[in-house]
Amino acid sequence: MPWDRNQMAARAAEELEDGMYVNLGIGIPTLVANYVGDKDITLQSENGMLGMGPFPYEGEEDPDLINAGKQTITELNRTAYFDSAMSFGMIRGGKIAAAILGAMEVAENGDLANWMIPGKLVKGMGGAMDLVAGVEKVVVVMDHTNKAGETKLLKACTLPLTGTGVVDRIITDLGVFDVVEGGLKIVETAPDVTEDEIRSKTEATIV
Amino acid sequence: MKKVYDTADEALDGLLHDGMLIAAGGFGLCGIPELLIDALVKSGVKDLTVASNNAGVDGFGLGKLLETKQIKKMMSSYVGENAEFMRQYLSGELELEFNPQGTLAERMRAGGAGIPGFYTKTGYGTQIGEGKEVKVFRGEHYILEEGIFADLSIVKAWKADDTGNLVFRKTARNFNPPAAMCGKVCVVEVEEIVPRGSLDPDTIHLPGIYVHRIIQGEHEKRIEQRTVRKREEA
Repeated sequence: MPWDRNQMAARAAEELEDGMYVNLGIGIPTLVANYVGDKDITLQSENGMLGMGPFPYEGEEDPDLINAGKQTITELNRTAYFDSAMSFGMIRGGKIAAAILGAMEVAENGDLANWMIPGKLVKGMGGAMDLVAGVEKVVVVMDHTNKAGETKLLKACTLPLTGTGVVDRIITDLGVFDVVEGGLKIVETAPDVTEDEIRSKTEATIV
Repeated sequence: MKKVYDTADEALDGLLHDGMLIAAGGFGLCGIPELLIDALVKSGVKDLTVASNNAGVDGFGLGKLLETKQIKKMMSSYVGENAEFMRQYLSGELELEFNPQGTLAERMRAGGAGIPGFYTKTGYGTQIGEGKEVKVFRGEHYILEEGIFADLSIVKAWKADDTGNLVFRKTARNFNPPAAMCGKVCVVEVEEIVPRGSLDPDTIHLPGIYVHRIIQGEHEKRIEQRTVRKREEA
């Protein structure tokens, strides 16, 4: 049985260790916050906040308090605010321990594509290029194949890159993979998913 | 040294010319200089290049300046929320220079700090790095990015004193300090101008040396994505 969205998020949460400062992307990565349990994790929002809290109760929304997805959020007793230059200073400077983000394609050398599809509407990279270039550990959470059933784990990305050689670990609905010398290494498989199935759905070299 | 003006129109008087480069603060619709944008629309100044992380939404924020076609070029990291923007961009009426968000913030900060260029890992090996100088430091590749030196900064803060010392509120700070720093002239709109001496000098986020003109006004502060959670039943 492949993992569903919540199971993928729960598995990604296992990557986080007590005391880490972490940046979560939009989509499944956002769900990771629901599975950190008792671990002391500080979430960074790149628009200028450390210590991001949950959504506000109805009627308590503050237009001056949003996350990088422009959603209204709340602060915690550990929260600190800062400007965008300092925010990306801590990102680029390697102070953020982990970033968990979605992707369109990942290559066996750790190249990542997640910001544009040529010929389609391009909205921009936002902070993704800075995050993958600066953060210590980059974890991609994505479906193993796209809607057409084609693999998203490739020998080389076909889409414009967000970063080169930046991905450390990939969590898909089929398993967990590390980017290592020579290709991807299977770290773990989802329940009842075989290595043969993974190989048949993966273009990247599995070592 | 009089920095306080009565209206946004007066605060921008004599500062505008066609083809100028404006740095604007704000992230999404949070902490945007809405009153100064309205005044720019009224002024009719055109062929603007605007460095701003986002481009507003249809009918609000920088979206208003796009509707009147006063903007020639945007320097932004994310522009997805604006249909008029996309229409003008796809038809070739509007130029767009994508900047990674942190690179844009640092380009503004650098411009304000007298740093004409800096090297960053961000964007190396991608389209963003194409045509830019590459240098290797400690075995890693970096690309050269240039500081932004704007003709005018338009910024939103929470409070100012009459000398221009600024305090921002929560995540509405975002791009406002770096945008303020990189302009030859910086005009700020605030929710409240307070008498000098009433801000704690240790809690000032941006010192008044960066601020030339200030107005106070009412802000709509529109929310882009209202998200809430249910209150647990008692």
